[in-house]
Amino acid sequence: MGDRAEMAVFWIFTVPLIAASLGVVVTKNPITAAMSLVGAFFCLAGIYVLLTAHLVAFLQILVYAGAIMVLFLFVIMLLALQEEILGVSRIKVMQGFGALGCVGVFAVIYRAILATGPRMMPQVGEDYGTVKAVGRILFTQYLLPFEATSLLLLVAIVGAVVVAKQRI
Amino acid sequence: MVPSSYYLALAAILFSIGLFGVVSKRNILIVFMCIELMLNAANLTFLAFARQSGNMAGHAIAFFVIAVAAAEAAVGLAIVIAIYRTRGTLHMDEVRVLRD
Repeated sequence: MGDRAEMAVFWIFTVPLIAASLGVVVTKNPITAAMSLVGAFFCLAGIYVLLTAHLVAFLQILVYAGAIMVLFLFVIMLLALQEEILGVSRIKVMQGFGALGCVGVFAVIYRAILATGPRMMPQVGEDYGTVKAVGRILFTQYLLPFEATSLLLLVAIVGAVVVAKQRI
Repeated sequence: MVPSSYYLALAAILFSIGLFGVVSKRNILIVFMCIELMLNAANLTFLAFARQSGNMAGHAIAFFVIAVAAAEAAVGLAIVIAIYRTRGTLHMDEVRVLRD
């Protein structure tokens, strides 16, 4: 893919991504926020494909946009929120201070990025980021963390059932 | 070719938006979504650096981050349901039994 085409694809995914993430924080309705977040995750998966991380892009759509956001939507529907619960927010002054602090954090990170200078991406091989290559790393170099992750998921399942169930 | 600093700046923007949501929103569900957004910004940084250095360790880390985020969402939403059932609220400032 040519340089200009790749840059165009980057912006095509970046602009909706930032808009959707802003939609998560400006809205008061949790359902609107959840749907914006689904859109943001899809755009982010496109950015991952641009970074030649195909497996992670697929996992992003399957796990994040699929499983986690459906869980969020289920909980939102389950709780049947009323208007007075939705309408509450921080006072405007505190929100302003929060925004100021976040802009400060962004400025610090951005300065650090500028200090590293513009780095061009190197050419990578044909199998970079494919299921086969990442799977080989996961099952050799990162075998112990991989197995620990399965244990973590088991603990999370049991914990979620114990916490959410009314009577065990 | 898109330089890696573009991806890093995008991740910084996403992280800042998520941080703003965490400090300014008081609805527990929206705060959770903003935490997910921050985790995704971290993932994007990992993948950008992995692409820049040409090895795939960052992909494995991103995989683990996604798994941890799934576990966190499951347990966190269970806690949200439990809080709503016992206290009838989703406002973070009204849940302060441990503080008082």
